[in-house]
Amino acid sequence: MKIVVCVKYVPDASGDREFEDDNTVDREADGLLSELDEYAVEQALQISDEHDDVEVVALTMGPDDASDALKKALQMGADSAVHVCDDDIEGSDSLATSAILAAAIRKLGPDLVMCGMASTDGSMGVLPAMLSERLGWASLTLAHDVFVSGELVTIHRDGETATQTVEATLPVVLSVTDQSGEARYPGLKNIMAAKKKPVTEWDLSDLDAEFDHVGLEGAATRVTETAERPAKQAGSVVRDTDGAGASAVVDFLVAGKYL
Amino acid sequence: MSEVLVLVDFVDGQLTKPSTELLTAAARLGKPTALSLGAPGDAEAAGRYGAKRLVSVEEAALAEFLVAPKAEAVAQVAKERGSQVLLLVSSPENNEIAGRVVLKLDGGLITDAVDITADGDEITTTQSVFAGNWSVQSNGARGTLVVTVKPNSIPVQEAPGECVAESAAVTISESAKLAKIVESKPKQASGRPELTEAGIVISGGRGTGGNFEPVEQLADAMGAAVGASRAAVDAGWYPHSYQVGQTGKTVSPQLYLAAGISGAIQHRAGMQTSRAIVAVNKDDEAPIFELADLGVVGDLHSVLPEVTKALKERQ
Repeated sequence: MKIVVCVKYVPDASGDREFEDDNTVDREADGLLSELDEYAVEQALQISDEHDDVEVVALTMGPDDASDALKKALQMGADSAVHVCDDDIEGSDSLATSAILAAAIRKLGPDLVMCGMASTDGSMGVLPAMLSERLGWASLTLAHDVFVSGELVTIHRDGETATQTVEATLPVVLSVTDQSGEARYPGLKNIMAAKKKPVTEWDLSDLDAEFDHVGLEGAATRVTETAERPAKQAGSVVRDTDGAGASAVVDFLVAGKYL
Repeated sequence: MSEVLVLVDFVDGQLTKPSTELLTAAARLGKPTALSLGAPGDAEAAGRYGAKRLVSVEEAALAEFLVAPKAEAVAQVAKERGSQVLLLVSSPENNEIAGRVVLKLDGGLITDAVDITADGDEITTTQSVFAGNWSVQSNGARGTLVVTVKPNSIPVQEAPGECVAESAAVTISESAKLAKIVESKPKQASGRPELTEAGIVISGGRGTGGNFEPVEQLADAMGAAVGASRAAVDAGWYPHSYQVGQTGKTVSPQLYLAAGISGAIQHRAGMQTSRAIVAVNKDDEAPIFELADLGVVGDLHSVLPEVTKALKERQ
């Protein structure tokens, strides 16, 4: 079985995340593998650990630095990686991103595509559904556990009003939540081994597909303005001695008419 | 006037509050049509918030399979009506529906908007991104503009008028019937307001030490919803469906009270757009105090019960 794990290189949330003059996200900032994609890599590796003959390929699309996200996936244990990198894709929206990734997935021909629940930067949470729509495959999203038995994939998920058991036969697009299990730390041995694993670079012309709308110009929405919110003025701080804390809260609730 | 399609929800026959918020927004943008999936819905209720028409789709596949049939139904109704704008309430499922519909219609997609306005035919959305630190405005560039809007973002305004009820037939393809829901266990209702819709949210974190009683009792005294930080959920102290933060629910209530929560970026992403924030924490260096309109340096196990007691005495 072949599993493609989609991973994204995102700006580090603990640093300054900003927009460029053209209103695209500053991708030069310090970045890393989106934390939520580590769970996807982990679940792919667990399937690989539990079954024979499973190949795990990490796939990303993004600027040169996005190779860092692939490196992390390889260190965790993915067998190989593919980096779709092309000047024309800069500024792509989710429609274009899903079209490009779907084309790369078709070329790789996996049985299963594994994704995180959302990226930690755009955080739309739409890509797994879009890949499923484009590939015409079943989509099992927001799984907190995954079982693969032959061709059958079963997941459990925490729906909005119910907990659900959902199943589908391969090929399947899966997304997993941060409840699916801690991602493993790469050991020194795996870090060394990762250096020898193959990373293939593709540009759009390698993908055997025509793309009508890619990059910033092709986006179906236009960002017209980005503005940093003024830093919030911290309010008053009360030390709780002799019930001063509770009185301050009650006064605040009364003044704000929250009662 | 733009034709605006709004996916609305009826729970126990009642139009949900986020649905009324979306209908209010839709009435500002053009001519609102409400769409109800799975249940016939109440045209009079939809009409009270400006819907001119309520289209209901009843189809067994909608409940038997995950997401894809709903997306087909929404796309078919939008195509038939020539909708220029489609609004959905932000939620993981609706964002997925929106993502699929936008591919079927080749339109533009905006998720988790906090506002949507029209200037003539030009529609502008506002999103709050990067843990609420940036505000982003966007327009549609082609096709139907599909927007998911966060609950509690639009002040509800009634605009009573005639609303025509009709039912629509849709065709669900075999390729939308691939992810079969084989079991569905309804979650136990907490009896408290829905977390994302509540006007007041009281959340507990690591500082509760696993005892959520002070949090729940204050919430009940105020008619508030209860939330939890990721640390509290990961520790198994509170169910995941109550998690506030990047990988849980995003809330923007009128008032958010964080008890024993340090305010990691993960958590801030889920609550930073709250109108007012109160923090109670023993650690006076907790980053949550940077956001708080009122900070109390103290133990939630004494402060919260005292507040609860004082509120009960006031009543």
